[in-house]
Amino acid sequence: MLYFSLLFAVLFGFWLLLSGFWDNGLLLGLGLASSLFVAWIGTRLQSPEQENGYSLGMLLRLPRYLVWLVVAIVKSNIDVVRRVWDPLNQPITPVMGRLPVSQRTSLCKTIYANSITLTPGTVAIEVSDTDVQVHALTRDAFADLAGGEMDREVSRLEVGAGHRRSSPNGKGQA
Amino acid sequence: MDLLPPLFPDLLLDLLSMALLIGGVFLSISGAVGVIRFPDFYTRLHAAGVTDTLSAGMILAGLMLQAGFTLVTVKLLFILIFLWYTSPVASHALARAAMHTRVEPAEAEVIDADQGDESSAN
Repeated sequence: MLYFSLLFAVLFGFWLLLSGFWDNGLLLGLGLASSLFVAWIGTRLQSPEQENGYSLGMLLRLPRYLVWLVVAIVKSNIDVVRRVWDPLNQPITPVMGRLPVSQRTSLCKTIYANSITLTPGTVAIEVSDTDVQVHALTRDAFADLAGGEMDREVSRLEVGAGHRRSSPNGKGQA
Repeated sequence: MDLLPPLFPDLLLDLLSMALLIGGVFLSISGAVGVIRFPDFYTRLHAAGVTDTLSAGMILAGLMLQAGFTLVTVKLLFILIFLWYTSPVASHALARAAMHTRVEPAEAEVIDADQGDESSAN
């Protein structure tokens, strides 16, 4: 039910903002009906066995993570641009390696891998249950990631700051 | 656009938006130069990432300042959100496809985090 309500709210809000018709009863009704219909289909498509991985708490913790992520993106952009324009003093040192993933749900593993790829300088190539294969432009970028700050931030998004959980193989947090 | 009293003088807003647009264009060019300059597929992907993330973000932010408090700004924000959701998926799909078709990363050092040892790939 939470999923249905959230999906419906997002869809209808999106419809309203895209259309910009606030006072046409027929159009509002049609938008409402299609949002409800799509939310219903979306809810039916959820497989009941699978763990969802989302929660209301996660939604509340999301803005904090997004701010952190944007700062990380700006920092890594500056680093990559410096290496583009100043290759003699700032040479690239490509690195390929595997890093542990400490998130439990597939949703948060996806968020972690997407965050790795979204920050320029690191790309997630392959994600498994326990680790992620990363290609990095520089040894420093890889070391930053291996330091586990992003991993911790995503885990914090997943379970909240209150209870720290050790990673499955005990290697997640250095 | 004129419903709300302007928080900044228009000139300041224009200058700020111009700075963002120029910064975004500079980053876009940097990304293109990086794509040409970097040695292999994987490193070029990183340079393209600059164009996808901060460059697009700065250009869209500059346009938002021009649009003011309107629905256009909201739609520009949607563009940014969808871009930032989808571009890592595209990058990941490309990198993964390259890996599966055995495109070798040039001069890449291979680090195995589990054992902590380092060895050269080529």
